[in-house]
Amino acid sequence: MIEIEEVTKIYRMGAIEVPALRGVSLRIESGEMVVIMGPSGSGKSTLMNLIGCLDKPTSGRYLLDGQEVGSLGDDDLAGIRNRKIGFVFQTFNLLPRATAYENVALPMLYGDEGEIDQARVEAALSAVGLGDRMGHRPTEMSGGQQQRVAIARALINSPSVLLADEPTGNLDSRTGMEILDLLLGLNRERGLTLVVVTHDHRVADRIGRVIQLEDGLIDSDANGNGEPAGSDLERVAKRAGHGEA
Amino acid sequence: MKLYRLLMVALRSLSTNKLRTGLAMLGIVIGVGAVIAMMSIGRGAEAAITARVEGVGTNLIFISPGSTTEAGVRSASGSAASLTLDDAEALAEAPSVVGVAPQVSGMAQAVLLSANMFVQVLGVTPGYLTVNNAELADGEFISDTNVTARSTVVVIGSNVADTLFGGTTGAVGRTIRLNGNPYRVIGVLASKGGTGFGSVDDQVLIPLTTAQSRLLGMRRFGQSTSINMIYIEAADSDRVEQAVQEVSAILRERHDVLEGEEDFTVTTQEEMLDASTEITDTLTLFLGGIAAISLVVGGIGIMNIMLVSVTERTREIGIRKAVGARRQDILIQFLMESAVISLTGGVVGILIGWLVSRLVGVVQLSESTITPVVGLDTVLLATLFSMAVGVFSGVYPATRAAALNPIDALHYE
Repeated sequence: MIEIEEVTKIYRMGAIEVPALRGVSLRIESGEMVVIMGPSGSGKSTLMNLIGCLDKPTSGRYLLDGQEVGSLGDDDLAGIRNRKIGFVFQTFNLLPRATAYENVALPMLYGDEGEIDQARVEAALSAVGLGDRMGHRPTEMSGGQQQRVAIARALINSPSVLLADEPTGNLDSRTGMEILDLLLGLNRERGLTLVVVTHDHRVADRIGRVIQLEDGLIDSDANGNGEPAGSDLERVAKRAGHGEA
Repeated sequence: MKLYRLLMVALRSLSTNKLRTGLAMLGIVIGVGAVIAMMSIGRGAEAAITARVEGVGTNLIFISPGSTTEAGVRSASGSAASLTLDDAEALAEAPSVVGVAPQVSGMAQAVLLSANMFVQVLGVTPGYLTVNNAELADGEFISDTNVTARSTVVVIGSNVADTLFGGTTGAVGRTIRLNGNPYRVIGVLASKGGTGFGSVDDQVLIPLTTAQSRLLGMRRFGQSTSINMIYIEAADSDRVEQAVQEVSAILRERHDVLEGEEDFTVTTQEEMLDASTEITDTLTLFLGGIAAISLVVGGIGIMNIMLVSVTERTREIGIRKAVGARRQDILIQFLMESAVISLTGGVVGILIGWLVSRLVGVVQLSESTITPVVGLDTVLLATLFSMAVGVFSGVYPATRAAALNPIDALHYE
C-alpha cells in the first residue's frame, strides 16, 4: 500500500528553486493498478522516483506498506528498493555484459542473504517466457525479450510494488501489448501493486485508474469509466473503504 | 554483497577491458619491478662490500696518524707523521695482539722493458702476510733481513704480474723498475679478487725501510721514520675491543698524550664495516626511493583509469543502486578493481624485478660481480606498498561512484 500525503519536491538549480511536486496526496491500495500520465514537466517522473524510493520528498509523508520511508537514509532506501520495489524502465537498463541469468540474479546479490537462489532465478525467467534464453546477453535479444528480462529482474525479490516507467515506449505496438499483458497477468496472479507511467492511452485504457498530473499537482484521478476516484486526500481515504480491484 | 561476489564482479569488469586494465597494471609492474631490482642490487652491493672487507680479516684494527694543526688549520686525518716503526714494535708487546703490520704507502710507475703500470707501493714488514690473510702464488715474501738491510726486493700483486710478465709464473728473479730504481722480484701474491683502486692485486710490496728511505721520501718524526698505518691483528674477534684498549694505552704513553687528545686514530674492522654498510644502505634506500616514485606514478595511472571507468559505467552504477546496491557495495566494488589491478601488477612486478636481479647477477655490468639479494622483506614491502597505492588511488574514484545519485546515474547517456 502506497500512502502519499501532501508531498512536495523542490529541486535547486543554483539559486533558483524549481518545484516539481507542489503537494500531492495519493493512496494506492495493495494489488491495485494505476497509470500516471501527464505532459513532460508535470512531475510524473519525480513522483515515480519518490514512489520508487530513488529520491526523498522535500516535505510531506510517504508510507510504503505502513512504513514511513520519506525520512530514511540512502542505505535504508536501497534496502527498501531491493526488497519491496521492482523497476521496469523504458530503456530496459540491463547490464550489457551480463547474461539474462546474471541480470535477473543481480538484486539477490544485494539482498539480505547476498546469495543467488538458482531455482528462483530460473523460475522468474520461465515466468516471463525466457526459460530457454538464460545464457543470452542483452545484445543477443530483441527489445521485447530484454524487457522480459527486466521484468524477471524486478520480480526476483518478490516485491510488493512494480514500477514501470514507459515500459512499452521502446517497443513496437504488438510487443508492447505483450509486455503489458505480462504485467497485467502479474498483477492478477500475484497481487502485485502496479504503477505505470505512460503516454500511451491504449495502456491507460487497459489499466483503469489514471492519475493525471499537471504542474506538480494531481489534475484528475479517475477509473476507467471516467468516474472520479478522488484528486485529494479525502476522496482517496473514501476509496480505501470499499477497496477497488 | 558478499566479498567474493564483489571480487568476481571486479574481475569480470576488468577482463572486459583488457587493454586498459593491462596499461593500468603496467605502471605498477614497472614500479614494483624497479623497486625490487634496485633494492636487490643495492643489497647485493652491500653483501659484496661486506664480503670483501671480511676477506681481509674480521679481527683487524687499523691505527692511523692523527691530523696536523698548522696555524690553526686542521688537516685531514692521517696527515700527521706521528706513528713510527718503534710504535709498531711496541704494540707487538700487547697481550691481545698477535700480529703487527706497519706500512707506508705511495705511488710509483712499475716498468719492465716496454710494459709499465702505475701501481700502489706498500712498504711492509713480514707481518703483512698473516695480518692481511695474504698468500703467495710464487716465490717468497719479504723477510726481516730484507727489512733490516733495506733490500731492493719487491713482491708483486697478481695483476701487476699479469701486466708486466703476462702471468704469475716467470716473474720471480727478474728485475723491475719502480720510479726508475731496479727491484728484484722475489714473490708474487695470490689473487684475492676484487678490483679498483686499493685492490691487493694491483699493489707491489717492498720492505718498509726501503720504502721509507729510497722510494717514498718520508718526513722525519723524532728519531724514527714515520709510517702511514699500522695493521693490528687481535688474538681473535672477541678480543678486538680489548686489543683496542691495550694499543691505545701503549700509544698514549709513548706519545705522552691524555685520553681524548690522541694524535692517532684507532679503527676496528667492524667500524669500517659499519661505515661501508651505512653507505650501501643509503644507496639502497636512494635507489629504492627513486623506484618508489615510479610506483606512485603507476598509482596515478590507476586512479586515472578508474575515474574513466566510473564515468563510463555511470549507468551500470545507477542500475545497481536501483536494485538495492548500497554505497558501500559500489565503493568496495571499485576499490576491489583497483586493488586487483595493483596486486596483480605487484606480483608480476616482483617476478620481473626478480628476473632483472638474476640477470644483473649473471651479466657482469662492470669488472666486479654483484649478486643481487632479493630479500623477503623487500618483496613484502613492495607488495604492501603496491596494494596501498592501489587502494589509495582507488578511493577517490570509488567514492565518486558510490556517491552517484541513482536517478542521475540511470539517465546518464
